Amino acid sequence: MLKKRLIPCLVLRDNLIVQSIGFGTYLPIGRAEIAVEFVANWDVDEIFLVDITATREGRPPNTSIVSSVSRDCFVPLTYGGGIRTLEHVRSVLEAGADKVSVNTACFTDPAFVSKASKAFGVQCIVASVDVKSGSKGRPEVMQGDGHKATGKDPAEWARQVEDMGAGEIFLNSVDRDGTKKGYDIELVQEIASAVKIPVIACGGVGKLQDFVDGILLGGASAVSAANIFQYTEHSTILAKAKLKTAGVDIRLNTAAKYDNVGFDEHGRLLKRGQDDLESIWFEKHQLEEI
Amino acid sequence: MAQRICVVDYGMGNLRSVENALRFLGCRTRLAASPEGLKGADAYVLPGVGAFGEAMENLARRGLRGPLSGLVIKEKVPILGICLGMQLVAESSDENGNHKGLGWVQGHVRKIPVGKTTRLPHIGWNNVEISKTDPLYQKVKGDLNFYFVHSYRFECDDEYVSATCEYDVPITASIQKGHIFATQFHPEKSQENGLRVLRSFVDYVQNSRH
Repeated sequence: MLKKRLIPCLVLRDNLIVQSIGFGTYLPIGRAEIAVEFVANWDVDEIFLVDITATREGRPPNTSIVSSVSRDCFVPLTYGGGIRTLEHVRSVLEAGADKVSVNTACFTDPAFVSKASKAFGVQCIVASVDVKSGSKGRPEVMQGDGHKATGKDPAEWARQVEDMGAGEIFLNSVDRDGTKKGYDIELVQEIASAVKIPVIACGGVGKLQDFVDGILLGGASAVSAANIFQYTEHSTILAKAKLKTAGVDIRLNTAAKYDNVGFDEHGRLLKRGQDDLESIWFEKHQLEEI
Repeated sequence: MAQRICVVDYGMGNLRSVENALRFLGCRTRLAASPEGLKGADAYVLPGVGAFGEAMENLARRGLRGPLSGLVIKEKVPILGICLGMQLVAESSDENGNHKGLGWVQGHVRKIPVGKTTRLPHIGWNNVEISKTDPLYQKVKGDLNFYFVHSYRFECDDEYVSATCEYDVPITASIQKGHIFATQFHPEKSQENGLRVLRSFVDYVQNSRH
């Protein structure tokens, strides 16, 4: 059957990958090419790359970055940021992306989103939906870079972008972004049951269990996160090991084996015994040339 | 000598992804957007992302349809269709009305029936069951899953099916009819096992060269 997916989200700001906290504070990480090359080799199922300042600065999509990161990226790559025209979509795909993510355009030009979906197929269009708790206590959809409130109900909006022709929804919680408090599970549940297309949950992952909750409790088809992957060793492989042990059907494609190992309360691997370590000390792994 | 693989460019699809993967395997690649560009290749790759009708129209508009059929059917140059490129080799498709395909493999493209727990598009990594190992799946290993992204499936006689996958209903994952190969999944985006499938195709091309 179809596997659940783990999708690192790489946030691009002024041509640098950054950590984002609350859609307002940004910590620099490094070059996009390096970040993509690393995660692409770390057993992830897809990569989501989003340029958060393209639309605000009125720039077209950053095709030169797409073309340099896609060179050795043999997993699907989604690019978002500044996409407003069919020509933009075409140029991003030509540069090596497999899907595009749209946010602002869903508000300003729904007809374009529909046209893009017809021309490139629904599977090519990911609608990015950012949600924040509104002033009246009700969550509402935010437009663009997470700062412009629209007053729209998240579930209603999710159905609208589905009707526009989106093939997936990338759902992010502005409140949870960078907080490490876990996904807004209620929100994920609400959106996943409102639409028939797959929902990718994002925003707030602080520990590996959050991925499990996003899928088993939230009902997401895929789970995404950004910050946890940047400062945690073996983060993607550990995330998958955690999902696997929780009974989630996920793709494992790594030489790393996690049989008979446990996790501590922080989701770190438990230290193995000295005998165990000595027995694998000189194990040789032949590199395959495909 | 490196194989010369021509990627058919009909204005739709993630052409660069396919080229990146083939170059990684050491092939010489080029895009062909006109009949002249098709000449002198050891094999073709017909990629594709998008809608069936528009793809057939684009192939015709660029004058690629007839010449490509000539090269593949008369001159028996190997070809690998990917995703929409696999569906195009069918006789017809029901996507947004009824459209005629290239008709190289007897079969029809119809929408995947949605089950109780399934969503469309069928996006993500799915296990495949291989029914014909030789030559496409000779090198794959481990957990056999590949990246799919589509809403329609290829319905044809079992004799052409080389692998299937399950999504509440069976879906043709790949087909083979002689030197005509096609995969519904994206080998160029299926990490090691995807690259192994492409390597097997490239090896087949090399061995069948006369």
